[in-house]
Amino acid sequence: MNFTGYDTEGFYDELFDAQGNPRPGADLLVQRINSLADSELQRRQQAAEKALLHLGITFNVYNNEAQTEKIFPFDIIPRIIQEQEWRGLEAGLKQRIRALNLFIDDVYNAQKILKDGVVPRDLVLSAEGFRKPCIGLQPPCGVWCHITGTDLVRGGDGAYYVLEDNLRCPSGVSYVLENRQIMKRTFPLVFDACTVQPVTDYPIRLLDMLQEMAPPGLRSPVVAVWTPGIYNSAYFEHSYLAQQMGVRLVEGSDLVVHRGEVMMRTTQGLERVDVIYRRIDDDFIDPRTFRADSLLGVPGLMEAYSKGKVALANAPGTGVADDKAVYAYVPEIIKYYLGEEPIINNVPTYACWREEDRRYVLEHIDELVVKAVNESGGYGMLIGPHASAAEREEFKRRITANPRTYIAQPTLSLSRVPVLVGDHFEGRHVDLRPYILYGEQDIYVLPGGLTRVALKKGSLVVNSSQGGGSKDTWVINLEAKESSPESPLQEQNQEDLSC
Amino acid sequence: MLSRVANAIYWLNRYVERAENVARFISANYNMTLDIPEGAGNQWQPLINTTGDHELFEELYGEVTRDNAIRFLTFDRRYSNSIYSCVRSARENARSIRDYISSEMWEQLNTFYLMINAASEETVMDLPHQFSADVVHASQAFSGITDATMNHGEGWHFGRLGRMLERADKTTRLLDVKYYILLPSVDYVGSPYDNILWAALLRSASAFEMYRKQYGRITPRNIIDFLMLNRNFPRAVHYSLAMAMKSLNEISGGHADSYTNKAQQVLGRLLAEFQYASLQEIFDYGLHEYLDVTQTRINQVGDAIYDVFFQLKLEE
Repeated sequence: MNFTGYDTEGFYDELFDAQGNPRPGADLLVQRINSLADSELQRRQQAAEKALLHLGITFNVYNNEAQTEKIFPFDIIPRIIQEQEWRGLEAGLKQRIRALNLFIDDVYNAQKILKDGVVPRDLVLSAEGFRKPCIGLQPPCGVWCHITGTDLVRGGDGAYYVLEDNLRCPSGVSYVLENRQIMKRTFPLVFDACTVQPVTDYPIRLLDMLQEMAPPGLRSPVVAVWTPGIYNSAYFEHSYLAQQMGVRLVEGSDLVVHRGEVMMRTTQGLERVDVIYRRIDDDFIDPRTFRADSLLGVPGLMEAYSKGKVALANAPGTGVADDKAVYAYVPEIIKYYLGEEPIINNVPTYACWREEDRRYVLEHIDELVVKAVNESGGYGMLIGPHASAAEREEFKRRITANPRTYIAQPTLSLSRVPVLVGDHFEGRHVDLRPYILYGEQDIYVLPGGLTRVALKKGSLVVNSSQGGGSKDTWVINLEAKESSPESPLQEQNQEDLSC
Repeated sequence: MLSRVANAIYWLNRYVERAENVARFISANYNMTLDIPEGAGNQWQPLINTTGDHELFEELYGEVTRDNAIRFLTFDRRYSNSIYSCVRSARENARSIRDYISSEMWEQLNTFYLMINAASEETVMDLPHQFSADVVHASQAFSGITDATMNHGEGWHFGRLGRMLERADKTTRLLDVKYYILLPSVDYVGSPYDNILWAALLRSASAFEMYRKQYGRITPRNIIDFLMLNRNFPRAVHYSLAMAMKSLNEISGGHADSYTNKAQQVLGRLLAEFQYASLQEIFDYGLHEYLDVTQTRINQVGDAIYDVFFQLKLEE
C-alpha cells in the first residue's frame, strides 16, 4: 500500500504539496503507510469500522425507513495541521466568537449596532433565528454562545475561510473524541512519534465551563444534558457527552418547573437542576414561550431561566447570529465591537437582497453556490456548476421572489485529502469544524476538530446525512517531533489493533 | 435516579431475561419433541399457550406447526415478545440510558442485537437449538457484565428487580409447558418418556446438574420442589422472588420486615407465600392453578413498582 500514483489533480491537498511531496508534519505518517504490507491498511480500516459498529457509534438518518441507524463513515488516514498554522486559526476563531457573542448580547439588549446602521435592522429582526422573547435577557457571565462549531474550509489558494458559524447546537464533537480513540489503536507508533495535541480533555473542559454558568452560591451545581431522545440524529453524542462528563442525560419528560425551580423527576422525588446543556432547538424548549405545540418542552422553563434559577447552554436566541444573511456582515461586526480586522475571512458572499449583488448572482448562477439563509445540513442549496439548467432556473425564480432568503458564494475549490478507496487512495474534499467553548474567564478551542469528508467522488457536500464521512484531525507540533530520539519506522508492523 | 432511567433499566433487564427464557422454551420444547414418539400429538400448541399470546398467534398464522411456532417466537416483529422484539426493546431502552449504564453493557447488548439481526431464518429453523443456546449465552454475558461493571447502587437494583421478577414469571411458565405437554398423552406419565421429558425440562432451566447433586433421582415432585421452592438455585421461583425483594428493599429503604410502599407490600406478601409454602399444599391447590395465581401476583408487583417509582405524582 503506498501513495505512489496518488494524484492531487491540481487541488490543494492537505497531506501533499503541489509537487507530490508530503507536507511538513505529514512525512512520518506517509512513510509509515508506505511501509505497510498491501492489505494491512484495509485490514485496519475494516477493524476501525467494525469497532464503530459494535460500539454503536451511529447516527440516525431521516426519511430512510429501512435503515434508520448508520455508522458515520470513517476514513483512517488522518488530516494533519501544523501547530503554527493552528495557532492562527485558534486566534481567528476566538476573535470571531468574542465578536459574535457581543453582537448577540447587543441585539437582545441595547441594539447599538442596529442604531449605528452597521447591520440593517430589518435584516436582523427578520432573521429566522431571532427570538423576540429573548429581548432583555442577561445570561450568566454575559455568555450566549457557550459551545460553537464553526465550519471552516480551505480554498485553492491555501487560505482558510469561515463557511458557517454554528452557534445553536453544533454536533459532531463526540466523533472527534471517538475517532481519536480508534486512531490511537490503529496507528499507535506514528501517533506517539508525532506528538499530536490531545483532545480527550474536552468533556472535562465542557463540564467546567457549564458549572461556571450555574447560579451563584452553589457548591456543586447539578448539570444535565437535555436530549430530544433516542430518535434524534445526534442522540449518540448527547448520551456520550453526558456519560463522559458524568452528568445526567435528561429528556423533556424528566424535567418540570415546580414552584419556580427546574426539577428532575427521580425515584425519590424531585431534584433541582442548575445548568442545562440543551441539545434541542429554541422552538421546543418551552411551549409557553415558544412553540405551543412542542411536546418535548418544559412549560415555564423560560421564566425560570430569565429569573436566573437555571442556566441554559447555549442561551436561547443565538441563532440570530447564525443566519446566513447576518453572516455576510460578520467582518463588519468584528470591526465594530473589537476594532480589529478579521483574522479568518468570510467566503466572499453576495447578499441577494442588495440589488447589485442580486443582479450579479442571477447572471452568474452557473458559477455560484446559492444557499437559503434558513436551511442547514446541506439542504436548500444549489451548486451552480453541477446543477441542471432547470434547477438553475428554479433558483433564479426563487431568488427573485424572496431575495431576503438567499445568499450566493463563489464555488470554492475546497482542499482535499487522500482517502482509502478499495486498494488505493483518491482525493476527496474536506471541511473542518473546530469546537469552541466560551467560559467565564476564557475561550477554549479544541485542537483540531472534526474533519468532514465528502466521500462521493467530486462531491462538495460533507454532511453526514448526505454521504459525508469523517477523519481524525491531528494538530502536530513539529519541534517536539524532531526532538523525539527514536524513529518508530524501523519496527515494522508492530502496531496491533488488539491493544 | 431519574424515574425514566429507573424504568428503562428495569425494562431493559426484563426484556433480556424474557428473550433468554423464550429461547429456553424453544430449546426445551424442541428437545422434548425429538424424544417422544411419533403421533404424540402437536407438541408446539402447548408452548404457544403458555406464552399467553395464543390469540395473536392464531390471528397471524392460524395453525400451529413447528416452523410457525419457532418463527413466531424468534423473529416475528409483529409479536412484541418474540426474541427479536425483546432484544430490540432491550437495546432501545439501553440506548435511552447509554450514559447511565457502563459502555461494556451497551456493547454487549448492541452485539446481541446485531447477532439476532444477522441470524438467518433458515439457519435458525435448521438448528433452533444452537440459536437458542446463543441467545441464552448472550443474555448471561449481559447479566455477568452488568454485575461486574456497574455500581451495585440504585440503578443496578432496579435492573436486578426487573430481571428477577421476569425470571420468576418465566420459570412458572416453563413448568406449565410440562403441564400442557402431558395433557394429551396421560399414558406417558411414569413411563421412560416421562423421565426424558422431565430431564429436558431441567436442562432447559440449566437446572439438571444442580438438581442431580441435590436429589439424585428424577421425580416430578422433587423437580417441582426444586424449581419452585428452592432458595439457592438461581432460576427457582423462590430464589428469584427473594432476590427481587432484596433489591426492592435496597431501593425503598426501611426495614426488611415491614414495608414503606405498595410495591414492597405486594412483593413481601408473595415472597412470604413462597417462604412458607409446602409442596403438598401446591399440589392440593392444583399445580397449574397455583402457577397461574403466582403469575397474576407477579404482575401486580410490576404494577405497584410502576406506580411507586416510575410515575411520579406532583403536589402543588
